[in-house]
Amino acid sequence: MNHVSDPKKLKVVGTRPVRPDGADKVTGRATFGADMRMPGMLTGAVKRSPHAHARILSIDTSKAAALPGVKAVVTAADFPNIPSEEAFVGEGPMNFRDLSRNCMARDKVLYEGHAVAAVAATSPAIAARAVELIAVEYEVLPHVIDVEDAMADGAPLLHDDVFTAGVEPK
Amino acid sequence: MAKTHVTATVNGEPAEFLCEAHETLLDVLRDELGLTGSKEGCSSGDCGACSVTIDGRLVCSCLVLASEAEGHAIETIEGMARGEQLHPLQRHFLQEGALQCGFCTPGLLVAAKSLIEHHPDPTETEARYWLAGNLCRCTGYDKVIKAVLGAAAEMRGAAPAAATDEARVS
Repeated sequence: MNHVSDPKKLKVVGTRPVRPDGADKVTGRATFGADMRMPGMLTGAVKRSPHAHARILSIDTSKAAALPGVKAVVTAADFPNIPSEEAFVGEGPMNFRDLSRNCMARDKVLYEGHAVAAVAATSPAIAARAVELIAVEYEVLPHVIDVEDAMADGAPLLHDDVFTAGVEPK
Repeated sequence: MAKTHVTATVNGEPAEFLCEAHETLLDVLRDELGLTGSKEGCSSGDCGACSVTIDGRLVCSCLVLASEAEGHAIETIEGMARGEQLHPLQRHFLQEGALQCGFCTPGLLVAAKSLIEHHPDPTETEARYWLAGNLCRCTGYDKVIKAVLGAAAEMRGAAPAAATDEARVS
């Protein structure tokens, strides 16, 4: 550990500088993400699952797409079906299939709030209205929210390839 | 449905805008008038990031319909500084380091200005209760209160202003 024997050598430590972005922040001039405006800017909104675990039977985006001001509506059908593939992406292994499913649910929703569709529209109000117009049919499946319930025999499984008996993979 | 035409005064200047029935004053300040200093933190009147004054009364602009502004005088964070001259509250916030990310800062400053206008010599407890409607995740409020009480003292003439170069708007 460095020990500064002569404090007079310090030029900044021990002083109280005014933060360089301070004037912009106290005047309201500082631009945060939501303050950004660009010509022709669109606003996005996401349709999210109200169910913790459910099969997606159908998604009808036609009314949303027909709403004036809506420029795009997407579901998992618009994205490639990423197959199961494990990779070390930082602190541990991740499965690209699971990462992609987390962006947009495919076939099943795995948690309340899981994204099932998204829209882009010319205003936040139109985007919110478009999300309301997306009709999703679900087959609600059982879920657990307690670790002991999750370990019990017959507990519902989110993925069909988790191994439940010992550490030998299927 | 046709938009409503509104005439009001914003930061001492005449302002005119069209708004939809459902639009809030916050929406209009940010999107129509380009005054993005007031922030949308919660849209439910709980966080205070959208604080403005209407005819001298402190309100959450996310709870005021834009059409309600008709004929009234709105003051926002953008009206606090006089050109390059910062308001004592803004200067004290900078000197005390009473801000970090700065998102809550406009709301806190507008609310604190309102406090001092109504109570020129607040106790610490009065200041904390007045500002209880302005939430901050970064600072822990201590420096904010110190800055508010210091600015109040200066505005009462109790302490001379120390105008440093850093505290001027560049």
